[in-house]
Amino acid sequence: MVEPIIRLDAPDRGPPQAVASPAPDTPTASAKVEIRGLDFHYGKSQALFDINLAIPERQVTAFIGPSGCGKSTLLRCLNRIYALYPGHRASGEVILDGHNILAKGVDLNLLRARVGMVFQAPTPFPMSIRDNIAYGVRLYERLSRAKMDRRVSWALKQAALWDEVKDKLHQSGTALSGGQQQRLCIARAIAIKPEILLLDEPASALDPISTLKIEELIDELKRDYTIVIVTHNMQQAARVSDYTAFMYLGKLIEFGATRILFTNPAEKQTEDYITGRYG
Amino acid sequence: MDRYLYRKRRVLNLLSLTLAMLATLFGLFWLAWLLWTLVSQGLQYINWDLFAVATPPPGESGGLSNAIVGSLILTALGVAIGAPLGVLAGTYLSEFGRGTRFAAVTRFVSDVLLSAPSIILGVFVYEMVVLRAGHFSAYAGGLALALIVLPVVVRTTEDMLRLVPDRMREAAAALGAPRWKVVVSIVYRAARSGILTGILLAVARVSGETAPLLFTALNNQFASTRLDQPIANLPVVIFQFAMSPYDDWQHLAWAGALLITTAILLLNIIVRVFLPSAERRH
Repeated sequence: MVEPIIRLDAPDRGPPQAVASPAPDTPTASAKVEIRGLDFHYGKSQALFDINLAIPERQVTAFIGPSGCGKSTLLRCLNRIYALYPGHRASGEVILDGHNILAKGVDLNLLRARVGMVFQAPTPFPMSIRDNIAYGVRLYERLSRAKMDRRVSWALKQAALWDEVKDKLHQSGTALSGGQQQRLCIARAIAIKPEILLLDEPASALDPISTLKIEELIDELKRDYTIVIVTHNMQQAARVSDYTAFMYLGKLIEFGATRILFTNPAEKQTEDYITGRYG
Repeated sequence: MDRYLYRKRRVLNLLSLTLAMLATLFGLFWLAWLLWTLVSQGLQYINWDLFAVATPPPGESGGLSNAIVGSLILTALGVAIGAPLGVLAGTYLSEFGRGTRFAAVTRFVSDVLLSAPSIILGVFVYEMVVLRAGHFSAYAGGLALALIVLPVVVRTTEDMLRLVPDRMREAAAALGAPRWKVVVSIVYRAARSGILTGILLAVARVSGETAPLLFTALNNQFASTRLDQPIANLPVVIFQFAMSPYDDWQHLAWAGALLITTAILLLNIIVRVFLPSAERRH
């Protein structure tokens, strides 16, 4: 059976509406982030070319593509973490709730408090499990000890880590296993109550069981958060995401509902990639 | 398989291994000899008076208490001035000035200072402080030592901070932490034992320095803790007593040399044994 590509704003409801362009670059009601005409440069070399994309709210959007296609770069534009490095620059527009976050004068610290990020390798801070989570919270909130305890346990429960660490909250976060460390990093990102969660290949350094846990977690979290995940694992993208963007050589090739992109891609390049012909 | 080639490689391996071991033994031999001389000549003069009595006039009995206290004061002064500046400068080079021309120039100048002969630093402080003040003083000595501490700490701080992976900085910044907070609460924390190691190595380095103190703190026959007066210190006392014709002064010089070597050795052992394990606990 061949299904046509459907529009972003009506993912699963009603009769699918066919659209000519596989990448819906028109604003949609449910879009949390809209990327318009985004170019990115590492010094002199350009890494992203005219990206147009609308990321829907409270859904999981996956960026896939072969190594070096720009999927991590695109993710790093959403919280402007690239701005830590001189020479990295983005141009175009990234509209978050009606405001262009690429504009001058945007408070990057506040932006990053709203757009949480979890990285490829687990990065627990050299401090206790509790302090790892309290660190981010203390930056923007003044909580009493009891309230902080509640926040810490809430975040750890959300990240499905509470049962494993509840008796050793004062032990060092770096003593945990790799999978636990990564869930600690997710808990740390959730604890400051961001609106968007960016996951940069969050399971690529983990064993299959930890990976499964993280994937189940992503499914849980999408009820409350808009999630964007970069992965080079196509099965993972197919399992966890509602929407998928396929990128190649710095360009967005195709964007649509995951189910459709994986079963009936509109572009030849997408089909070649998901059937394993390159990448 | 080429048996000839294989045999040749084994012979070469044996040969280079032998040469490397001989070179190691050669280095260790002199070190062992030096330590043995110090122990055999100095140990017999180590006694309680050494720590309790000040340096004597020739022909009388005495100890090194004023020199020990003076050395501690001078070292503390040098580290108190040099280490904070060095840590801040190293932080700038690693965290804020990365890739800038100013940082590159600063790093180069600091490295030049690192390899500058210490006597030059002594003469410099003599010219700038001692001549202007009109007399030798402890703070001039501390300043000269600070100039030695500074580049050592700049270098080690920068190196240690650079060992902290960028993803740690990114992770903290991604939570919305401002730059200074990332440095103070995450990067310093991850690198603190390395930075401390650098400071302790700087202490070990300056506690044996003689030349810069000859021009600045000079020496003092009597117990003094005044910073605006010349102050006794182990290296200069060893220098003067060892060159003297008096037997008991020479004995004190041996004892002082053993003392200072043991202290530096202990400091190095502490740095090697205890600090890395503090790192691993995290």
